[in-house]
Amino acid sequence: MTIDISRRAVLTGGLATGFLLAFHMPLRAGNEPVQPPDVTEGKFAPNAFIRIDPAGNTILIMPQVEMGQGIYTSIAMILAEELDADFSRVSLLAAPANEKLYANPDFGVQATGGSTSVRAFWKPLRTAGASARAMLVQAAAEQWQVEPASCTASNGEVMHQGSGRKLSYGALALAASSQTPPKDVAVKDPKDFVLIGKSLKRLDTPEKVNGKAVYGIDAMLPGMKFATLAQCPVFGGKVGRVDDSAAKKIPGVRQIVVLDDTVAVVGDHMWAAKKGLEALKIDWNEGPNAKIGSAEIWADLRAAIEKDGVVAKSEGDIAKGLATGDKFEASFELPFLAHATMEPLSATVHVKPDSCEIWTGTQIMARVQSEAAKAAGLPVEKVVVNNHLLGGGFGRKLEPDMVVAAVRIAKQVDGPVKVVWTREEDIQHDIYRPVYRDTIAASLSGGKVVGWKYKIAGAAILARWLPPAFQKGIDIDAVDSAVDAPYDIPNFHVEYVRAEPPAVPTGFWRGVGPNNNVFATECFMDELARKAGKDPVEFRRSMLATKPRFLSVLNLAAEKANWGQKLPPRVGQGVCLQPSFASCIATVVEAEVDEHGEIKLRRAVSVVDTGIAVNPDTIMAQIEGGLIFGFTAALYGEITIDKGRVRQSNFNDYRMLRIDQAPKIEVHVVKSGEAPGGIGEAGVTASAPALRNAIYSATGVALRRLPIDRSLLAVGRKA
Amino acid sequence: MATTLTINGEAKSFDAPADMPLLWVLRDVLGMTGTKFGCGIAQCGACTVHIDGQPVRSCVLPVGSLSGRSVTTIEGIGATPAGAKVQKAWLDLEVIQCGYCQSGQVMSAAALLAATPNPDDSDIDAAMSGNICRCGTYVRIRAAIKQAASGRQS
Amino acid sequence: MRMLRILAGLAVIALIAAGIAVWIIRGPGPLAFAGGPMVALADFRGANPTGVPASLAKASAVERGEYLAAAADCMVCHTKPGEKEYAGGLGFKLPFGTLYSTNITPDKETGIGNYSDQDFLNAVQHGRRRDGAMLYPAMPYTSYTYLTDEDTLAIKAYLFSLPPVRASAPENTLGFPFNQRWAMWFWSTVFSPNTRYMPDTSKSPEWNRGAYLVEALAHCGECHTPRNIAFALDNRKKFAGAITAGWRAFNISSDKATGLGGWSDDDLISYLSIGHAKDRGTASGPMGEAVDHSLSKLAPEDIKAIVVFLRSVPAVASPDLPATTAPAAPASHREGPTADARGKIVFQQACVSCHGWSGASLVSSMATLTGSWAVNDPGATNVAQIVISGTKRHVPEDALSMPAFGASYSDEEIAAVANYVTARFGSKGSKLTARDIAELRKQTAQ
Ligand code: FES
Ligand code: FES
Repeated sequence: MTIDISRRAVLTGGLATGFLLAFHMPLRAGNEPVQPPDVTEGKFAPNAFIRIDPAGNTILIMPQVEMGQGIYTSIAMILAEELDADFSRVSLLAAPANEKLYANPDFGVQATGGSTSVRAFWKPLRTAGASARAMLVQAAAEQWQVEPASCTASNGEVMHQGSGRKLSYGALALAASSQTPPKDVAVKDPKDFVLIGKSLKRLDTPEKVNGKAVYGIDAMLPGMKFATLAQCPVFGGKVGRVDDSAAKKIPGVRQIVVLDDTVAVVGDHMWAAKKGLEALKIDWNEGPNAKIGSAEIWADLRAAIEKDGVVAKSEGDIAKGLATGDKFEASFELPFLAHATMEPLSATVHVKPDSCEIWTGTQIMARVQSEAAKAAGLPVEKVVVNNHLLGGGFGRKLEPDMVVAAVRIAKQVDGPVKVVWTREEDIQHDIYRPVYRDTIAASLSGGKVVGWKYKIAGAAILARWLPPAFQKGIDIDAVDSAVDAPYDIPNFHVEYVRAEPPAVPTGFWRGVGPNNNVFATECFMDELARKAGKDPVEFRRSMLATKPRFLSVLNLAAEKANWGQKLPPRVGQGVCLQPSFASCIATVVEAEVDEHGEIKLRRAVSVVDTGIAVNPDTIMAQIEGGLIFGFTAALYGEITIDKGRVRQSNFNDYRMLRIDQAPKIEVHVVKSGEAPGGIGEAGVTASAPALRNAIYSATGVALRRLPIDRSLLAVGRKA
Repeated sequence: MATTLTINGEAKSFDAPADMPLLWVLRDVLGMTGTKFGCGIAQCGACTVHIDGQPVRSCVLPVGSLSGRSVTTIEGIGATPAGAKVQKAWLDLEVIQCGYCQSGQVMSAAALLAATPNPDDSDIDAAMSGNICRCGTYVRIRAAIKQAASGRQS
Repeated sequence: MRMLRILAGLAVIALIAAGIAVWIIRGPGPLAFAGGPMVALADFRGANPTGVPASLAKASAVERGEYLAAAADCMVCHTKPGEKEYAGGLGFKLPFGTLYSTNITPDKETGIGNYSDQDFLNAVQHGRRRDGAMLYPAMPYTSYTYLTDEDTLAIKAYLFSLPPVRASAPENTLGFPFNQRWAMWFWSTVFSPNTRYMPDTSKSPEWNRGAYLVEALAHCGECHTPRNIAFALDNRKKFAGAITAGWRAFNISSDKATGLGGWSDDDLISYLSIGHAKDRGTASGPMGEAVDHSLSKLAPEDIKAIVVFLRSVPAVASPDLPATTAPAAPASHREGPTADARGKIVFQQACVSCHGWSGASLVSSMATLTGSWAVNDPGATNVAQIVISGTKRHVPEDALSMPAFGASYSDEEIAAVANYVTARFGSKGSKLTARDIAELRKQTAQ
């Protein structure tokens, strides 16, 4: 595996920064015939992604996991497009754990995340499809003894132009198997796409409407038991004494498993396990973190950002830039967040003396396999991971902990055991979106920003999660969308201070680094616009002369949202323009703040230029859902720590936006011929700053912290 | 405790403690995993089933209180006219993302339509606000309920 | 000289006035209403009203103490939620500061491990600490003073059978003059009857048992009897209801409309033993805890005795409560009060799944709102409080608990939902404001 980390690529900025340029791992799977994961005998198996049997059934293997983002359908469309398959005959198969074949080219590991799926697999999948198609055409041409160039393929058939003879892919499957894959294969000109660009129906949804879809938590095995667990409520604490006398008396409780930091109750069903766990008396050794609270964590972070950071990008002369015109400064802060995937964490595991089999829904197949092997004390090849649909991932399932915990429990249990986390455990033992603090100093001259010094302090998730990606003190995720802010600013400087919070584990959360950086950037842009006496959209426009894609989404969003219309009192519109995930997106949110500070979301309009839109309806759905996810966080999301433990526990105190609060949402997908960008997280990033700016416009209160403190917005209060 | 319940029109017998919520009977005892666990405290709606046609959160519903009542789950809702309409509209408008909440959403929506064939926005709010969708499919849920009610094609 | 005499005269007058004032404030004792002749326990000819039920008559002191400690509900106040039982540390927020309950496990340094029998009797019956300092009457020694020595020492035996826990309670945060413990001596002299239970010979043994349980052990009056300006119980309005720790303890006098006069024996028995009576509501907050940890553990004959006693308490009306509770609300969200739009939003998001639009729960009768005093209280104290703090119930087996919403809903939203709920399910809607909610939050014990 070669990983080529190009820091220069990050520094050059532009659209395609972040993960995409950070790594480039040549993908074997795209063009080499491979040992396939399923039975390939009697099938045409030209590469890791495509199987065609003589009956013409086409199986497409999904290197990325389906967690709601619609990626199964998009991947199938890309493969089928270049393969010219009959889309109605394709069926999908989840890839097994196999890092060699299915690594995400952007990470070098088999992971689904970072809004990379289409971006990263765009080329390899197209090549895989085109190459298989070429082999099928070649096989037909040989059979007909004609030039391959005189043959065309469409809808699962090869046709000879001159004679009109046709052979189905099924009929050609065996003959194509003996063809050598072409070295350089041409992919289609986008104008010839027949599937890509159409809003085709998703392939995974019919079974999700009638209860048939199987998620990780739904795995059922003969003779299985059910368990639920408690980890020390204080981060890093251990189990002391356990009194299980009452728990053992609960009907259906079979076994109490005590590990060094976790206690689990195994029973005939979740109810027995849950009641058993409640009946346990556990003395925890809380350890050194029992004194940590949110106040200290914030104090640490506020101190950390005073230190010099590592320069992530510097253009022009920042000292001179800041000395020109009027200078303004502000700090912004974002809280810890839990993921709260709708499907709580769970894994079913059967450990035998010489093997371990796992049924779960994870974003990281291969890592789960290797971590499970370690926990089970078995060689990797003895561990089989069966992946299922995910009831939401949002980055939570980029961590192997739920599987590792289940393996450690299953080692003590005879037969398969399903370990399900209660919602409380899920929220109190998450791996949280880190707290961030940003400071920005900017100068205004001639109605434009001429100096911009942006400093970010927060955890370096990549340093833990993908160490090779953490180079020279820069976490490219933590500075994503800060280093590539879309505006033309002559003196531009970004610094990063790595600041790991004590005790609290941190990880990726839908929207990752851009959540923080787009929020601070776009909020401060609105404050600067006001200082400059300009309309926020106009202010941004004036700095987009060299960024036509951004300018056009901004203009269209303003037009569709009827920007500048006369609004009732305490109603405001706010805008957000973001470069994140290699998509250009402008969003306008309209919100109303009542006299008590309560907020009503009225409307959201997003205009998206994500390059080639593989399935436009999926893109719209992702933006819609992402906006809601972001609104939820902006209004309510905050995990707080007291005495080393998380105070929130379930949806009663970790609150979610509900249907009666959802605004009208319109998403416009702009036609574009550029390479596809990322979409799954983009909506999340947009909603908080656009909402905050709408509130700023409605009330004049410049909020600089999330979640929104509604008490600051009541009439007569000052922020 | 041996219990018999009518579930989706079929008599099912099982052994479970009287205080055990119906959710776990369905999922863990009967293997009917279409009904989902989301919170266990009646705050998310993922576990919604119908008891005699009324939407109820099965995660807090003791199975011992159900004798003689009829249970409908996501596996059986398609056999009701309202359920079938909802499922069709859900697919027509491509409501679903991860889908984990959608069993509950479909059950709540089907109960709404069965009771209120032409719901307006306030009826939808009243019936659907107890169902959380973490993927944020609310806008389409609202549209799909309206479409299911009118029978209009998208 | 003359001057001095005048002054002395004034002083005497002042003293007399103060004495009369104290006498007036002090009012009658908790059992004065019964009016019958009272005798020392030893002289009572009926069955002994003290001690434990017959089934435990032969039990060890520890077992008897366990029953009596449950009846006296020691644990709830002496346990901080999530921490070790009886290790103290629960904070009582009073208008003049916060008091913390003490560790009553037998730990020698931080608990009561060094208490002699006499020390224990002094503390429980007289409110005097081992070091001689007076306890604040948050410890209901004005009720426990009626306990027999034997029962008190059985409780001690039980507490001493528990594992010692090292845990020091936080310092009380009382402001001047309330931090002057010596002042409690005066208070105690005036307000603590400082006497053991004396049976009323005009009443049945069952009534006397009930009186002992209610007055000496369960100390019902501490919450259900209003307090006078000296913060002592005002037995002129015995059991007429009061607000304690931010929750309203309702009228449990025999008033027909607003007290227990209209409840059947079965209603009362059910409410006391499982914290729920059909169409009457469900115990939550402090009463829920009292049922879970105390009343539900009592023998059926003791519950009966309590009912007999309660029925004899004279009726005092609660003028702010309606004469009848409201019937079920309409089944559709469209009908019924619609004024509080924000309250309706909160209700449809977080509440309706359990409580239903009609107030009749589809999940559990424990969650039925119709008929409960809480939703018929135009002050909405308990509705607001349960939204803020939730309630965790353990009895009966399939009890439904309610999660706390106080951390994620604003004062504005909680006021709105309380107003919506009382208007929809009660007879008169409340008019709480965000400020009222902020006030309530301050009063909850923690
Ligand atoms: S699992 Fe029942 S409402 Fe959430
Ligand atoms: S579709 Fe994922 S939670 Fe609703």
